[in-house]
Amino acid sequence: MRYAAPTTTDEVRALLGSNPDAIVFAGATDVVPQMRGGRPEPSLAIDLKKIDRLMSVSLDGDTWHIGAAAPTSLLTHNADFTADFPGISEAAGLIGSDQIQNRCSLGGNLCNASPAADSVPVLVVNDAVAVIAGADGDRRVPVADVVTGPGQTSLAHDEIVVCFEIARPAARTSDAYLRLIPRTEMDIAVVGAGVRLTLGDDGTVSAASVALGAVAPTVVRVPDAEAALVGSRLDDDALAAAAAAASEACNPIDDKRGTITYRRQVAGVLTRRATNIAGERVTNAQGVSQ
Amino acid sequence: MSRTHVRTHVTCEVNGDAVDFLTEDGESLLNALRDELGLTGAKEGCGTGDCGACSIIMDGRLQCSCLIFAPEANGTQITTCEGLATAGELHPLQQCFLEGAALQCGVCTPGFLVAAKVLLDENPDPTETEVRYALAGNLCRCTGYDKIVRSVLDAGVQIRTSAA
Repeated sequence: MRYAAPTTTDEVRALLGSNPDAIVFAGATDVVPQMRGGRPEPSLAIDLKKIDRLMSVSLDGDTWHIGAAAPTSLLTHNADFTADFPGISEAAGLIGSDQIQNRCSLGGNLCNASPAADSVPVLVVNDAVAVIAGADGDRRVPVADVVTGPGQTSLAHDEIVVCFEIARPAARTSDAYLRLIPRTEMDIAVVGAGVRLTLGDDGTVSAASVALGAVAPTVVRVPDAEAALVGSRLDDDALAAAAAAASEACNPIDDKRGTITYRRQVAGVLTRRATNIAGERVTNAQGVSQ
Repeated sequence: MSRTHVRTHVTCEVNGDAVDFLTEDGESLLNALRDELGLTGAKEGCGTGDCGACSIIMDGRLQCSCLIFAPEANGTQITTCEGLATAGELHPLQQCFLEGAALQCGVCTPGFLVAAKVLLDENPDPTETEVRYALAGNLCRCTGYDKIVRSVLDAGVQIRTSAA
């Protein structure tokens, strides 16, 4: 295996174009374990961490730009970002240990295309856009449309995610992410639930987004749960309807982490709890207590 | 093109010393530290970033050296557990681990020391809960966690006392 650390996306694309089995990596927190698990070693591994645009986290006007290879600790340690997106920050802070969060990236979490990726549901509910460098320059794709199945993305071989663009939340809007794992830290989601809410001045939900992870081949958006929440004041009936819709939207597998029945049940519970947290964040003075 | 034995010349700073070594591109930094530089403190427990026995500080960030390809180290500053003691004097963490019997088989110890140093450098007065979360990426197969946590708290006291 050869190692390359180009400093521009054009160089990355040229290397990918001339090396059909080349891979790109940021933290390699999935790549190395996969190679250890028997994935064939590529002829070329391309390190994306020397490209400034992929490593920076910045607020430009009303849009956050998150470099696709930036370690997620840059998000969890960024007070301004965390104030805008406590749910994204808490999802980033749930991925592995401090050691892992100093390596792993949103781009890697997305493009590894695990159904259980912790950062993806909450990126989806925040309408995050992936900026993808390809043959015709940059193209912008909703995060929800990048992953097409376990381990599969809609990217061409010579395309890479450069950064994520996330518009700052509207007034009286906040988000939350919850996941269930069998222990406190360092495990893979049995179910993950991301929620974003916008509340009117009287506490009525004017907009809601709900997305679930680890319960289907790709992250699942739950329009029926969103419809149940909009117009409500997060009363028990609305929360129960949203939870039921979340359970219904699941298409999970049975595995060692949880059965189909258990995952459906937990998806409803986490949706209800994450909804309450997002609502509390809005009502507690624009909501951001970290 | 050869698929094997591609060797890259790496220059970096380890524990304050300028070093250089040759490495195969697919080699881990952990193996390069151990085999090329003779720094055998960092250990391979799992090789997949789960156990933290290979923890090092690279450019100010705590990382698992088993997940780092050795050529990535070029131009970086690295601290391993061998860099904790200064001028023959143990770091307070090392002294407290010794006095608190915070090790049994010892394989995890270098990783715990490095992770705990990062914590105490940022926050010399952590709560027990903060210590446990900060060390969540380090596994002790002998399960000697309580003594480890107590020793980190004791080291925090020492560091705060000597700074006062």
